[in-house]
Amino acid sequence: MSNPQRPLSPHLSIYRWPITMMTSILHRVTGLGLSVGFIVLCVWLFDAASGPGPYRLFTTAFGSIIGKILLVGWSFAFFYHLSNGIRHLVWDAGRGFEKATANASAWFVLILATLLTAVFWWIRS
Amino acid sequence: MAEFRLPKNSRITKGRHFAAASGVTNVRQIAVYRYDPVSGDNPRMDTYDVDMDSCGPMVLDALIKVKNEIDPTLTFRRSCREGICGSCAMNIDGGNTLACTRAIDDVKGSIKIYPLPHMPVVKDLVPDLTNFYAQYASIKPWLQTRTPPPPDRERLQSKDDQELINEPAACILCACCSTSCPSYWWNSDRYLGPAALLASYRWLVDSRDEATGERLDELEDPFRLYRCHTIMNCTQTCPKGLNPAQAIAETKKMLVERKF
Repeated sequence: MSNPQRPLSPHLSIYRWPITMMTSILHRVTGLGLSVGFIVLCVWLFDAASGPGPYRLFTTAFGSIIGKILLVGWSFAFFYHLSNGIRHLVWDAGRGFEKATANASAWFVLILATLLTAVFWWIRS
Repeated sequence: MAEFRLPKNSRITKGRHFAAASGVTNVRQIAVYRYDPVSGDNPRMDTYDVDMDSCGPMVLDALIKVKNEIDPTLTFRRSCREGICGSCAMNIDGGNTLACTRAIDDVKGSIKIYPLPHMPVVKDLVPDLTNFYAQYASIKPWLQTRTPPPPDRERLQSKDDQELINEPAACILCACCSTSCPSYWWNSDRYLGPAALLASYRWLVDSRDEATGERLDELEDPFRLYRCHTIMNCTQTCPKGLNPAQAIAETKKMLVERKF
């Protein structure tokens, strides 16, 4: 296909990201994050079943500042992936493809996920 | 596969600066990607100070002025200068568009101009579009029929049916959309890209075409069609205001609907 002698024109480094490109890559990143988070969830269940010692170890680790940041990150990833997943379902039905609508739904999903994360931690505290 | 760094021979170096003549006051700076296949040196960014008092309003006007008055070695494609031939497609200010319809005043600061992204570069702003055209040919962009035409007239269609193909048929194959698509960047060897898929849709919805089933069979493939992840860069960047993302979604719908 491409002649290896020819240089490849620049791409990621020079392209100005539209908001829809941002939400698309974030969907993938949060999806990957949630896969890791699911393993952590299993570890938590496993520790809970193994008795108070291992369970305390787990809660201490995730009670630390870094642990809390990770948990907030995972909850955002969950709400974002869920909201944007519904956005993808609407797209699969063939709706919402106009430029203005797609840009608006991108912002909507970002704000909604942030709000849901905030409400989630507010209820919990 | 996704490769985020440019290959060694493609990394861009600092180039020459062509300063404006003394006495020129209204200056805009344009920075242009340069690659000379004869020397084979790495690509570089040359900057030109363009006198706006004697320059037309569009980015293409500035490029032509540079070529005529400052640096005749600058190479780019152009023809109609009114947005209908698609020759002057390039990356201007971070987005793919036609240089002839992009106003200089709509860009802030120095104007950065690159060839269409993630393409083999022949020279300066001229990318090699061989693969892009081969993909267009692969969707068989012509009317396919099984029944004989009426003996006394053309194959007619209703006004409503005509309106279905009106928009997708307005594509000028400038390649702005396909080369804006990250999925196409990483998989252009197997993913057809938005331009070819929009063209394919134009024939899928044509009431006179009788090869819809075969056309859909060809697209039912993990890569050719389904590498579209609705990133929407194609629709965002199309200089003709078309909507390839929607055409692809409609094609995916047709593939699902024909199973029931």
